[in-house]
Amino acid sequence: MKSSEGLHLKTYFLLFLMVTFGPVGDILLGKGMRTVGVPPAWTPLELIHFFLHAFSSGIVWLGIASLLTYLICYTLVLSWADFSYVQPASAFAYAIVALLGHFWLGEFVSTRRWIGIATICLGVLFVGNTALNTTGRR
Amino acid sequence: MWLEAILLSMIVLGGTAGELCITRAMKVVGEVKDFRPLALLRVFGRAMLVGWMWFGLALMGVGFFAMLAMLSMENVSFVVPVTALSYAAGAYGGKLFLGERVTPLRWAGILLVCLGVILVFQGKG
Repeated sequence: MKSSEGLHLKTYFLLFLMVTFGPVGDILLGKGMRTVGVPPAWTPLELIHFFLHAFSSGIVWLGIASLLTYLICYTLVLSWADFSYVQPASAFAYAIVALLGHFWLGEFVSTRRWIGIATICLGVLFVGNTALNTTGRR
Repeated sequence: MWLEAILLSMIVLGGTAGELCITRAMKVVGEVKDFRPLALLRVFGRAMLVGWMWFGLALMGVGFFAMLAMLSMENVSFVVPVTALSYAAGAYGGKLFLGERVTPLRWAGILLVCLGVILVFQGKG
């Protein structure tokens, strides 16, 4: 691997952006969809009304903008790192989503759910100790 | 419950398959070395010429709409962690579809992530 340190630095910077913009986008979508409410029926017409209502919410659009930023970072990092490395490495976002959901949206998060999220983060640490690219392609 | 299961499947399968297609497209484009805005625009322009990119975006769109529907029914601190089920699908897909070698340590990590997802599901308040 050429310039391994630089490649890792670049990867970690983009992963940092991913774990920032991803959770904020999810939280904004959650907050926006909470105001939209559940569709009264799951028929095509009701679903069209439901999604039109959702896309009239400014918070939903802010969430989409944040998730698009996440997607751009994700796409860039996938141009050199393995999919099966990048995807779990971004799992720290789950802990951040739960923290933001609890403190920002006031959602109840049970002890078992916290343990589950901690287990996810532990899995991420395992994944983070494996090779960045296993296909040999650049 | 059935509705949630269907939506979750759409999020996990649509999202993962979409990401795999986008990965395949980006491997065709090659490693991004120049991060200046104009260079990035050129990269995305090249990526948009790869069919896999469009297929991936369409599949991710399906996952996104299913996610919006599920977020209208459940808390975000429940919905987002359970979608981590896509990790197992992603690793398996990466191995089959992209020829990536998934090491035993990485499998162990993915297994832990899945165990965590199960606990999150059980801890639904």
